[in-house]
Amino acid sequence: MLEIRNLHAQVDGHEILRGINLTVRPGEVHSIMGPNGSGKSTLSQVLAGRETYVVTDGEVLYNGRNLLELAADERACEGVFLAFQYPVEIPGVSTNYFLRAALNSVRKYRGQDELDAMDFLKLVREKARLVEIDDKLLNRSLNEGFSGGEKKRNEVFQMAVLEPALAILDETDSGLDIDALRIVADGVNKLRSPERAFLVITHYQRLLNYIVPDHVHVLIDGRIARSGGKELALELEEKGYGWLEKEARRVEPVSA
Amino acid sequence: MPSSSDAIRDFAAREYKYGFVTDIEADSVPPGLNEDIIRVISAKKGEPAFLLDWRLKAFRHWQTMAEPRWPNVKYPPIDYQAIVYYSAPKRQGGPRSLDEVDPKLLETYEKLGIPLEERAALAGVAVDAVFDSVSVATTFKEKLRELGIIFCSFSEAVRHHGDLVQKYLGSVVPYRDNFFAALNAAVFTDGSFVYVPKGVRCPMELSTYFRINAAATGQFERTLIVADEGSQVSYLEGCTAPMRDENQLHAAVVELVAHKNATIKYSTVQNWYPGDEEGRGGIYNFVTKRGLCEGENSRISWTQVETGSAITWKYPGCVLKGNGSVGEFYSVALTNHRQQADTGTKMIHIGANTRSTIVSKGISAGRGQNTYRGLVKIGKSAEHARNYTQCDSMLLGSRCGAHTFPYIEVRNNTARAEHEATTSRIGEDQLFYCNQRGISTEDAVSMIVNGFCKEVFRELPMEFAVEARKLLEVSLEGSVG
Repeated sequence: MLEIRNLHAQVDGHEILRGINLTVRPGEVHSIMGPNGSGKSTLSQVLAGRETYVVTDGEVLYNGRNLLELAADERACEGVFLAFQYPVEIPGVSTNYFLRAALNSVRKYRGQDELDAMDFLKLVREKARLVEIDDKLLNRSLNEGFSGGEKKRNEVFQMAVLEPALAILDETDSGLDIDALRIVADGVNKLRSPERAFLVITHYQRLLNYIVPDHVHVLIDGRIARSGGKELALELEEKGYGWLEKEARRVEPVSA
Repeated sequence: MPSSSDAIRDFAAREYKYGFVTDIEADSVPPGLNEDIIRVISAKKGEPAFLLDWRLKAFRHWQTMAEPRWPNVKYPPIDYQAIVYYSAPKRQGGPRSLDEVDPKLLETYEKLGIPLEERAALAGVAVDAVFDSVSVATTFKEKLRELGIIFCSFSEAVRHHGDLVQKYLGSVVPYRDNFFAALNAAVFTDGSFVYVPKGVRCPMELSTYFRINAAATGQFERTLIVADEGSQVSYLEGCTAPMRDENQLHAAVVELVAHKNATIKYSTVQNWYPGDEEGRGGIYNFVTKRGLCEGENSRISWTQVETGSAITWKYPGCVLKGNGSVGEFYSVALTNHRQQADTGTKMIHIGANTRSTIVSKGISAGRGQNTYRGLVKIGKSAEHARNYTQCDSMLLGSRCGAHTFPYIEVRNNTARAEHEATTSRIGEDQLFYCNQRGISTEDAVSMIVNGFCKEVFRELPMEFAVEARKLLEVSLEGSVG
């Protein structure tokens, strides 16, 4: 479903991604871990199509298509979803209004009929129950005055409504207390399916106690330094990232 | 890779949707302004002596005045002698029904999406349509008549309700008020007149559509609305204008009078031709609008959505004379390309326990310049007066400007005035967030701006709110990047 080959990307002239290779198949959950500044968030932004990140080399195939050719909104319509690390606020636009506009753009792109207000409301109620989000929150301005946990839950809720094929979660666990973490993880687990793939980006191992990945990749200095199964995450929890960083730099010393 | 800025450029390339000219023979006077022209206008309209006299006094006063230079707008000098001050579609003695209306004129309204007969029938709106200075169609008059409500063109009011006109004309905006108000008093050709008698609640929204048509014809509308004790009325004013090259002057005056316990709600959607992307053409909209809360517990509410005109200069205000009277001002002003707006309100508190609310939303895009200018004046006698002002600006792009000039004068210790102001920008992060959910940049911009304006839109009558949203979308052409 997703095939990343030798991906290089830079922002403001700094090379952040330096040759990423990754293959994700439908139904799989991949976790991307790594220390701060290793390029985890950059990878998610590049995949989602943010224009401030410039791809300088490599390619990304999504269902056999060149993903990098598509604008951000087209990627979304093709089923790529990014749960933001820092969801933005849009004053005066309720989550429900926003989400209906989003869903209907996606449906229109796919040649489906737009959902009317009644059907949309039905869908929203169902999905709100799934991720345990308060209905009242959905009528408030998008993310305005939401707590950190409410914002993240709102991201997972939007994911549930939009039903993407590829969901990228960018540090969805950051800033969450343990209860919020459990609820968010439960929501994600309920959305796991044989057709849907997840890329779960996280700094800490604890999220992976709740969302159990099929594959774990460690990103160091813009490259995948090591890949493994879920036990790799536990090893990292124990030993930290230091040993992998040393190893990575031994392979290619950083020029002074 | 198709970028969001391409989408914006395409959007920017769209033309002004309402730019077309109707081909109708006009009955015009030669250009220029002097006492003879004023006499001709007055004679053509068969006016009584008091009105001609008032016009001449206004004209003589106007000659002693200088055009205001304090607004934060720039434009070349206006040659007042080059303007045609009167132009009427050629048909004497006004049509009695829609059948008598020039079909071409009706076609024009059709193009603008204002099917008179349908709108009137379906929405229960009585329309007093002004086409180049003279009323051409009036509907629902009979129904209003039964309730004793007078809703007609200003000329008709002068003919049939001279006493009311004489009593109220200039009582809120005297001809000495300002340069443009004086000019209007001297040369106004038509407008609307509303009188709602004691205790009557007007059962429908009253509505007027203005339209400038004949080339280089200044439009000088005059509207007078009087709500007698305990009455209620809601009035809608909407305008669009055809595309042309030369600048056109529009200097209207609107006067509202609310007696004891009366309520007047006045809503405007203004979409005069704003000029092209380089600022050529476009309407100069220099308007004086003021309401007098004459009686106790009276209420006047102004709601405006200003998206058009090359230059907008207007401060719809309220004089809160009656004890416990309430004044409100809700405004959205959008400037794009090279549009300039200097707009706001004046709330003059005289009576005790008077209250005013100001909510202003300014949106600047392209090279647009948007200025909020407001005066809150609380006089000595205004015990326990209260004002709340909220003034928000939004910037789209980096070449536009937002300016705020709030003036607050308080002369009573028991009064309270609050002022809040914010300035924001549509962020790249907001647009990316919307894009990431499948929403195009174009739709995202209009959604974010509409959200910003929500507090004002909810004050508009239903159909008007829908129209206003659409108007914002069209007006936001080429707004980012």
